[in-house]
Amino acid sequence: MPGDAAQIRLGQNADEDSLRAFRAELGLDKPLYYQYLNWLFNFVQGDFGMSLSSDYPTIQLIRDRYENTLVVSLLTAAIGIPISVSLGIIAAMFPGTIYDRILTLGSVTLVAAPEFFTATLLVLFFVFFLDIGSAVVVGGIEGKNIFQLLAHFWLPVMTLCFVIASQLIRMTRAAVLNVMSSPYIEMAILKGIPRSRIVIRHALLNSIGPIVNIIALNLAYLVTGVIVVEVYFGYSGLATLIVQGVQTRDFILIQALGMIFCCTYVILMIIADVAAIVSNPRLRHPK
Amino acid sequence: MSKEDKEFTEHYVAEFSKKVSFDELPDAPPSGKFRLSLTGKIGAVVVAFWVFIAIFGQFLAPYHENDIPFPDDYLEFQPPKPGAILGTDRDDRDVLSRLMYGAGRTIGISVAATILAYIVGVTLGIGSAVLGGRFDTVISSINNIFLSLPTIMLGLVIVAAVGSTIPILIVTAGLIYATVVFRLARAIGMDVKVMDFVEVSRGRGENLWWIISKEIWPNVRMPLISDFGLRLIYVILFVSSLSFLGLGVQPPMADWGSMVKENLGALQYGESVISVVAPAFSIATLTVAINLIVDDVSAHAGGKLTKRL
Repeated sequence: MPGDAAQIRLGQNADEDSLRAFRAELGLDKPLYYQYLNWLFNFVQGDFGMSLSSDYPTIQLIRDRYENTLVVSLLTAAIGIPISVSLGIIAAMFPGTIYDRILTLGSVTLVAAPEFFTATLLVLFFVFFLDIGSAVVVGGIEGKNIFQLLAHFWLPVMTLCFVIASQLIRMTRAAVLNVMSSPYIEMAILKGIPRSRIVIRHALLNSIGPIVNIIALNLAYLVTGVIVVEVYFGYSGLATLIVQGVQTRDFILIQALGMIFCCTYVILMIIADVAAIVSNPRLRHPK
Repeated sequence: MSKEDKEFTEHYVAEFSKKVSFDELPDAPPSGKFRLSLTGKIGAVVVAFWVFIAIFGQFLAPYHENDIPFPDDYLEFQPPKPGAILGTDRDDRDVLSRLMYGAGRTIGISVAATILAYIVGVTLGIGSAVLGGRFDTVISSINNIFLSLPTIMLGLVIVAAVGSTIPILIVTAGLIYATVVFRLARAIGMDVKVMDFVEVSRGRGENLWWIISKEIWPNVRMPLISDFGLRLIYVILFVSSLSFLGLGVQPPMADWGSMVKENLGALQYGESVISVVAPAFSIATLTVAINLIVDDVSAHAGGKLTKRL
């Protein structure tokens, strides 16, 4: 990927003079630190700048594309999180049983595999074996209700659900089991309360904090997953926009999108930390 | 103390020391007799297979990675047949040959990047733990800034800024994952630093190099080594994801991640999907196999420490 945005837009055969003129027009002739600080100064005032690879304002490019990314992330969160958390809790209720082992083995396997492997497996199974749907997501999402959206994005959403489930199940299970080893649970066991009731009434309340923490961490992880899945299923969203930005050397676009992705990630991380402190009063008292 | 009392105490102490395991630090480092469990052995066989292909694949491959096995019938995504055991890809090239060439690149880049991450991360991490003070504060703050960003985003931005050649990929992945290694090495180093034998050697007047190499290093070695495998998995996933997005290893060079990307079209209109499935499965078998070994090793040595972080 040689050259800069001006070179890419004018093509390989552009002569030096027009390149220089075009660079000046785009502001690429200024020193790098000036370009960046200038952009940053405008950015904090809400001006995302003009895209270098097309003459549209960056904000407009983002506005046209953000919906797909947002819808897929929200659907994944809405479906994946409740299912995986409850699966994790059930696994903690019956540790060592076949159900627990299958779940643990499955999540250990999936956690180490790349997103596009999970996507490939799902496409092979549904599209080629069961002959349902297609390996690409085509068409717009205007005016669709939530069920139609789900029908539209079911393959990417399912892929991401599997990816976050592999982490969530393991971590939820560990969080609940961690509480299960405390003395007051032992007391409850000695009182003769059934195990399922101990988990739901006694252990779960105390593991809500760690579980919220885990959920926030996994949502932050979705930021990465969304990029790969968008490219795999070939629908356009913010992720494809950023890949395009890299290929066309459009730094303004990359900076704006990088800022959005990283801010989302950092905010989710902060939520994770706050959740950990809110749920555990001991962390509020400095030693 | 009567004889019985003494026997009782000795017995009790022996029993007690048998039961106590140190969660904070690994028990004894695994001896030479360390044996893998069944799943670990399966993992080892698979990893050994891929390492063999990575080293010798390009000599054993039936074609060069960019050769076209059937120049006469010009058809993309051909199903497996004699002459091309795994069929052909988007540009009619032999999938098997590209897979064997790509193995060397995917595994080579990842291993090199992980080693780089370890050299940088461990040096700075142990250094920070031992030196402390301003050095530690500065390095740790810089590290925390990078840790707070999503890795793939960081990778994309670096590749956008400096381009995408194999050495740049190695350095990028190496530095991004050095942040995690740094945190681990620093935390372990901190734990060991306050132990009595380190204080004693300090009191004895040993120099810094002695303390690091003779007192601290032997105790932090094992948890770091068992973390190496885990880090390698993440680096493989990172490098293949970058290649999959078209920003890692550049065409026409083969690499598992970019092979998946190149041949995605096969899922829609290809006669055979093996050109997508083969590289995706290769990555998954490799990473899952490493994970099986890591699980085994860390269960054996200091796994709890790596889990704690």
